[in-house]
Amino acid sequence: MDPLTILTTMFILMVQEGSILLIATLGEIFTERSGILNLGVEGLMCFGALSSFVVYYLTGNWITATLAAALAGLALSLIHAFVSITLKANQTVSGLAITILGLGLSSFIGRPLALSRVRIEPLESVRIPVLSDLPVIGPSFFNQNPLVYLSYIMVIILWFILYKTGFGLNLRSVGENPSMADSLGINVFLTRYIATSVGGALCGVSGALLILGYYPSWYDGITAGRGWIAVALVIFSSWNPLYAFFGAYFFGLVGTLNATFQSIGFRVIPTDFFRTLPYLLTIVVLVIFSSTRFRKRKMPASLGKPYTREL
Amino acid sequence: MNENVLEMVDIVKIFPGVVANDRVNFSLKAGEIHALLGENGAGKTTLMNILYGIYKMDSGVIKVDGRAVSIRSPRDAIKLGIGMVHQNFKLVPAHTVVENIILGSENNGFILDLKKSSEKIKNLASSFGLKVDPFSEVWKLSMGERQRVEILKLLYRNVRIMIFDEPTAVLTPQEKKELFSSLKEMSSKGKSIIFITHKLDEVLEISDRVTVLRRGKNVATKITKETNKFELANLMIGRPIIFEYSKNPPKLSGLALKVENVRVLDEEGNLRLKDVSFSLSGGEIVGVAGIAGNGQRELAEAITGLRHVSSGKVFVRGKDLTNASPRRFFENGVLFIPEERLGVGTAPNLSVAENLVLKSYDNSPFSNSVFLKFDAIQKFAEMLVKDFEILCPSVKVPVKFLSGGNLQKVVLARELGNLVSRDVNVIVAMYPTRGLDVGATEYVRRLLLKMRDQGNAIIFFSEDLEEILSISDRIFVMFDGRIVGEMDSSKADVEKIGLMMAGSIAS
Ligand SMILES: Nc1ncnc2c1ncn2[C@@H]1O[C@H](COP(=O)(O)OP(=O)(O)O)[C@@H](O)[C@H]1O
Ligand SMILES: [Mg+2]
Repeated sequence: MDPLTILTTMFILMVQEGSILLIATLGEIFTERSGILNLGVEGLMCFGALSSFVVYYLTGNWITATLAAALAGLALSLIHAFVSITLKANQTVSGLAITILGLGLSSFIGRPLALSRVRIEPLESVRIPVLSDLPVIGPSFFNQNPLVYLSYIMVIILWFILYKTGFGLNLRSVGENPSMADSLGINVFLTRYIATSVGGALCGVSGALLILGYYPSWYDGITAGRGWIAVALVIFSSWNPLYAFFGAYFFGLVGTLNATFQSIGFRVIPTDFFRTLPYLLTIVVLVIFSSTRFRKRKMPASLGKPYTREL
Repeated sequence: MNENVLEMVDIVKIFPGVVANDRVNFSLKAGEIHALLGENGAGKTTLMNILYGIYKMDSGVIKVDGRAVSIRSPRDAIKLGIGMVHQNFKLVPAHTVVENIILGSENNGFILDLKKSSEKIKNLASSFGLKVDPFSEVWKLSMGERQRVEILKLLYRNVRIMIFDEPTAVLTPQEKKELFSSLKEMSSKGKSIIFITHKLDEVLEISDRVTVLRRGKNVATKITKETNKFELANLMIGRPIIFEYSKNPPKLSGLALKVENVRVLDEEGNLRLKDVSFSLSGGEIVGVAGIAGNGQRELAEAITGLRHVSSGKVFVRGKDLTNASPRRFFENGVLFIPEERLGVGTAPNLSVAENLVLKSYDNSPFSNSVFLKFDAIQKFAEMLVKDFEILCPSVKVPVKFLSGGNLQKVVLARELGNLVSRDVNVIVAMYPTRGLDVGATEYVRRLLLKMRDQGNAIIFFSEDLEEILSISDRIFVMFDGRIVGEMDSSKADVEKIGLMMAGSIAS
């Protein structure tokens, strides 16, 4: 194989994997910016994937299926919102519970689907004229399914909302100093509910992209820890949607190394190593970027802290 | 007809166990600067928090422009044109100045126009002398600049009644001057200003009228020109106080503490003390001036064994104690009065008596080798409670139920009261009078002077320049981890100390 073909294949795989991570990361960024830590990403993704799979199988309409995934993510994250915003419980515990619930529900509902080997057709790619003719970048970034394009657009939209709108300023302020925002008349609870449910919906959509785009049938554990990678990516990208774009594709690239090296017959390093690499990298990122020095500056100051109005 | 823009009538606010405001009356005229004077705990902040909608009053009436209003949240207050600059600033450090100022403002629109907002801010800033860069992130700003942001926040909302809660506490003397001229500028342009303070000089310098609160009651309202420091002090604490501390000339005995080129790193590896050297003799008292966060805490901890010294030496009476344990410092006669009263200072759930003997419980007369002697402890505690005028129902209540001033007295009593039985050399005191009322402040200052006369070496850290000038023999000024100035207090010049605190000059 010639190097250009290898590179192109690598990039296509990178964009496929990276876009899934990207949507989930964006969702979690949106949630965390309001001060709510939702560790349920893995569960939301998985439940979103299952919901979109079922709806797509029944209706054959990918838009309806994607909306179903968004709704599934939103519903589960509302539980998290209620527990952590209204009941003011520990957000780490609640998030973990959401992961367990999401994975468990999906596994339970999905069992007959897995057993009966129900299959769907993956979403078709839509070629963007002109841009898709670029070498390497063209086929990888501009010849993908519509949900991948949605992920690009979401980067811009979320960045714009967070930094250029009044609502975004409110949301960020609520994540930094809720009591101050409250005293200025901003509805802290409503803002956090919106951030958590929109974020959860996006995590659901990333599950839809995962299954509608690349897997013809349902199987248990389909998300394979991608939700956790997304949680790490939030920190890696300093809670900024624009950085998330680069972070997600970097992790996407790492995830493709295994396939790439196999395809060129490079066997010196065992394939298990490459398969483990994204997770290793996740741990490394979490360790490095969790140092207090880094976190102090970038992390929303009230992340994970319930807000109680005092009087 | 009615020139009062604001009237607060018979305001009552009761917290569990305290009547914070007891039928307080307060009025404000258009364009005046009205000082609200009172000791710590007098109820000043509470009264203003009620006006600003943070607390709900138990009874009383608030009238704005002669009409009774109901203020249920800061939002309501702002709508009525009332704004407040709190003691602790309410800003988001990670956001820019503009973002902080426009947050929550009604006419932002869905899409923000930061350029337009920043123009408006610049105009306000220049007309009131409040210089600040709208696009700087707040964490990069000095305390004085942050305060300006808070003021601009109010001006941006077109507030006409402005409340300042102890605004000078965090400022250097120069910044204070600038604040005062901005305040005058604002009042001349028709803003009415409420200025909370417990400092008499500030009242006399800036206000048109002054209302004095004492233990939740308002005792008087005076026209500033027609009153004086002594009358105000008398009203504020209910008895005359002494402003000058009679000081004997220092009788120096030998070298007590010697610090050589000490460097200290913080948790994140930043250098917080940069080659600090000084020495301290028995019989002298040194005051350290500086804005909080310039290495004071690190220095105090380094010379009491609480913080690891990465290079340099600390000698106590000639003995090298560099990086020795706090216990060893204590055994060598180094006493530490910490900054935080709860936390490092006290064990919140232990009783007053237990806290008072925390450091000496394992010595006679409080214990034999195994058991504590509760009678002796209780007697000793009761003696200290009386000497230090600690207000508590009994020495058996947990200290977490005491008020701030009384907690500070417990810490002081523990550290100083135990001297009776000890051979002390060095006393290190962090902000010894912070949070104390005027009476207790006076007591502590005189106590420190007495300890000095008995031959102890004393180094204390304070944010109150007046305090430093009035009781120290020598003055150090700290800035950015260094002692940038050192002078005899008889030759000290406030202006110069202020510039040193701001890092503008070194001596
Ligand atoms: N939120 C609160 N809960 C209980 N007690 C309070 C509260 N705020 C103030 N107090 C009490 O009310 C009294 C007046 O306090 P404050 O208004 O802060 O005084 P000042 O501002 O004059 O120093 C004090 O005894 C204080 O302990
Ligand atoms: Mg106060």
